[in-house]
Amino acid sequence: MEALISLIIGVLTTCGVYLLLRSRTFPVVLGLTLLSYAANLFLLAMGRLVIGAPPIIADEMSGYTDPLPQALVLTAIVISFAMTAFVIVLALKTYKELGNDHVDGIHKP
Amino acid sequence: MNLLLIVLVPFFGAPLAAAISRLGRLHAAWMAGAVALLATILLLPGLIEVFGGHVLIQRLSWIPTVGLDLVFRLDGLGLLFALLILGIGMLIILYARYYLSAQDDMGRFYAYLLLFMGSMLGIVLSENIIQLLIFWELTSLSSFLLISYWQHRHESRSGARMALTITGAGGLALLGGCLLLGKIAGSYELSVILESGDIIRAHSLYQPMLILILLGAFTKSAQFPFHFWLPNAMAAPTPVSAYLHSATMVKAGVFLLARLFPALAGTPEWFWLVSVTGLATLLAGAYIALWQHDLKGLLAYSTISHLGLITLLFGIGTPMAAVAAVFHIINHAIFKASLFMAAGIIDHEAGTRDMRRLRGLWQFMPHTALLAIVAAAAMAGVPLLNGFLSKEMFFTETWHHIDQPWGWLMPACATLAGIFAVAYSLRFIHNVFFDGAPLNLPKTPREPPRWMKIPVEVLVALCLLVGILPMLTVEPILSIAAGGVLQGPLPEYNLAIWHGFNPAFWMSIIALTGGVLVYFGFSAFLSLRTHAGEWPEMKAVYHYALTWLFFACQRFVRWLHIDSLQRMLFFLMLFAVSLGAASFLAGDAVLTGERDLLPIDGVSLVVALIMMAAAIGTVLLHRQRLVSLIMIGAVGLGVALIFAKFSAPDLALTQLSVEVVSIVLMLLALYFLPQYTPAESKPLQRGRDLLLAMLAGGGVTALAWAVLTRPYETIADYFMAHSVPDGGGHNVVNVILVDFRGYDTLGEITVMALAGLGIYAMLEHLQLKGPSHDSLKRPWNEDKHPLIMASLTRVLLPLALLVAVFILLRGHNLPGGGFIAGLITAVALITQYLANGVAWTQARLAINMHTVIATGLLLAALTGVASWLFGYPFLTSAFGHLDWPLVGEFELASAMAFDLGVYLVVVGVTLLIIVNLGMVHSDSASVKTRHKIR
Repeated sequence: MEALISLIIGVLTTCGVYLLLRSRTFPVVLGLTLLSYAANLFLLAMGRLVIGAPPIIADEMSGYTDPLPQALVLTAIVISFAMTAFVIVLALKTYKELGNDHVDGIHKP
Repeated sequence: MNLLLIVLVPFFGAPLAAAISRLGRLHAAWMAGAVALLATILLLPGLIEVFGGHVLIQRLSWIPTVGLDLVFRLDGLGLLFALLILGIGMLIILYARYYLSAQDDMGRFYAYLLLFMGSMLGIVLSENIIQLLIFWELTSLSSFLLISYWQHRHESRSGARMALTITGAGGLALLGGCLLLGKIAGSYELSVILESGDIIRAHSLYQPMLILILLGAFTKSAQFPFHFWLPNAMAAPTPVSAYLHSATMVKAGVFLLARLFPALAGTPEWFWLVSVTGLATLLAGAYIALWQHDLKGLLAYSTISHLGLITLLFGIGTPMAAVAAVFHIINHAIFKASLFMAAGIIDHEAGTRDMRRLRGLWQFMPHTALLAIVAAAAMAGVPLLNGFLSKEMFFTETWHHIDQPWGWLMPACATLAGIFAVAYSLRFIHNVFFDGAPLNLPKTPREPPRWMKIPVEVLVALCLLVGILPMLTVEPILSIAAGGVLQGPLPEYNLAIWHGFNPAFWMSIIALTGGVLVYFGFSAFLSLRTHAGEWPEMKAVYHYALTWLFFACQRFVRWLHIDSLQRMLFFLMLFAVSLGAASFLAGDAVLTGERDLLPIDGVSLVVALIMMAAAIGTVLLHRQRLVSLIMIGAVGLGVALIFAKFSAPDLALTQLSVEVVSIVLMLLALYFLPQYTPAESKPLQRGRDLLLAMLAGGGVTALAWAVLTRPYETIADYFMAHSVPDGGGHNVVNVILVDFRGYDTLGEITVMALAGLGIYAMLEHLQLKGPSHDSLKRPWNEDKHPLIMASLTRVLLPLALLVAVFILLRGHNLPGGGFIAGLITAVALITQYLANGVAWTQARLAINMHTVIATGLLLAALTGVASWLFGYPFLTSAFGHLDWPLVGEFELASAMAFDLGVYLVVVGVTLLIIVNLGMVHSDSASVKTRHKIR
């Protein structure tokens, strides 16, 4: 399972980085989204993979997974949403202002 | 804390002086005078203490976590300087009131002057050397403001910039030196440093530390080869030159030498560095001064020369030399300030400072002439004036190393400098006040206003008093100040005018006669010289270095800054990948650890394959934007499933709801953006990008694998153990968010609120014309709000809201909480907008989202503040509430209130973004104004 998760993180990173290097704003926003997925999964993985032991204290539970990465990831998800929204609106605004959606704001023939 | 007050009074007075000048020009002068007087009165109790033989140290906690206190120290040396700063400062304030013309802004001038006064007092009264350094920099800054006071003049601006560059660079060196010194001595406080001179001198870092500190002192005190900023600083108004650039600020460097004398002096390095610099400055300054035609230029180079003399005395390093240095600091401040003021009067009344035109002024302004002549004679070292006494002591001290090889050089150079000093002093007197008649002066000189001469008279009277009755006037303050320098017993000395026919007497005789001969021998020649005769021309070196530096910086920036986001991101990623690879390859770590691995089950494998396929599909089909958006939605859902699988139900819920909102948002944006991405990159570039992306992905995979296969120690045990008893919640993730790390969460929702407001600002007034057809040229459906969807969502809304409230309430103990509940609520409301249109929904949901966000933030922050009422730190965890069962109950409620704040912010921001984005369509403009959507 560890190999599978590592592979998923790697694939998401690869796709994210590739899209990040594109020349139009929309694919770059998609790339950022993919990268944030990868980063969130990576953060969660720092608490190692544990099945069936959510950090919710109960008498019948014997062990719990690490709650700290989860708390970090939870805020990271919300913040990356806010940032994605900001970037996509920025893309919209520049499209309106400059008449094209190139990341450098110029039409390259 | 009266020492702190003494320093702060001028700082508080500065804005007052600036403000009060609006009521009347002269009010600023009165205000500044009152401030200086108040500071002097505050100094009086300390004065009595210090004369009683005590050292005052006053301490105020500043940054206790790094061991920094605000510590002030008043001993003899500090007292002497404080008296000079305040005493001469008051005279300058009086003088400047008459000096400044009607066009000059008095408020600004006095505000800057008071800022400088406070900074300078800060230097001389600091016990902590880091604190001293801060005031040191403040004097550089206020000096910059004062030199550039006449901002419209080019030479003011360039002179100010030069002074700031040189003294600022010196300040940087001094910072390094002080940090080293503090490290060596084990403390940044002077009382420790001054006690540990032996340890400091024996330390291996002594030499670099000494060089850095001396760089700071030499740049500030205009020592060769850094002296050139001082003549250029003469572009300042003359009161500033008199105050900063002769009496006080340039003395900060020699003050530092005096202050650290017991800790640093006494080594060969000290002797050679300090005395050679001092000697070179003494000679060069005196020689160049002779060739100046500008009255202030002559005084500036003479100041450099006298500063060199003081430095040389500290370099000689004997206790007696230190006494002589302190004595000369006092004398020089007195006679040079009065000379500058006299030069200012001449400039003011005659309209020029050019000594080739200024002649025979005695007949026009005999009173001022008399004062200037006495002061210049003191500068030359004529008997019965104060300059003579300290110069005599200096001449005596130069014989200290006479038995060394080349030991005769020092007295010889000192005598030579003495000859030049007499010659330029004589030029100041003879050239300006006698020697024929003035040559086409701009205006006819006359005596200045009565009160403008008062400060000069006071200082000249001091020259005479000190010169004739040294034991009665200067001896008490000199002895305590010298005691402050030496931190030990004073040597035997006798402040008499007549010491017998000793070497110093003969040196004085040679200097006086030689100076007269030199002046009268060369006087005809002097006025013909057009060039100042400085070699090497340090100013040119400075300008060359500056030009070169600017050029290099421009080249560097041009090299670093690529005008393309793609290339910059490429290099960023490349650098990150190389850094990771290099550090892995450099070590000998194995990739795989020894942790037991989990088996792969069929369902997980299928989900993983779908996810990876969707991610790759997003990339492959990214030109068709709508398709790639759908694909990425699938990836997001897969991420939520992974969270659910690996014991993170909170994350799964959050991811799920965020995913919905993000996709809606991106769909909305995509509606306005081009539907297809043109194929722009060449195959080579695509291949290059793909290779880099795969390297990055491979690196991350390897890293994740390496981490996942290793066992680890969690730091979460504390949270697990204290979540229920102290946080009052069973869901540890939520308790961390709202309680243990509540402060972080407060920061996060603030960021979120800011992002929402930023988006609002960008979208305000933005109107885009949406396309009438989709990408396949099909017209959009006219039926914007299908009936079935509209009806169903209306039924669903109460249900969805109920779920949200449920999730919010149970969040402390079960998966849920403010973030998730907020997102669910937002999704429920957004569905209404989607199904029924903005106009319909807005009519029923007329809530200003800005208010919602603000309420949420305020609620969260107030919950934090509330813990103060119970005596706990901001947003405290329940730690320590154990004894109080009732308070434990309260803690639960407080966390809930905080979570409610989070909830409100999330709902507010999400709706603010989506609704405003929906309103961008130009057809919505009428709806927007009708419903006042904000």
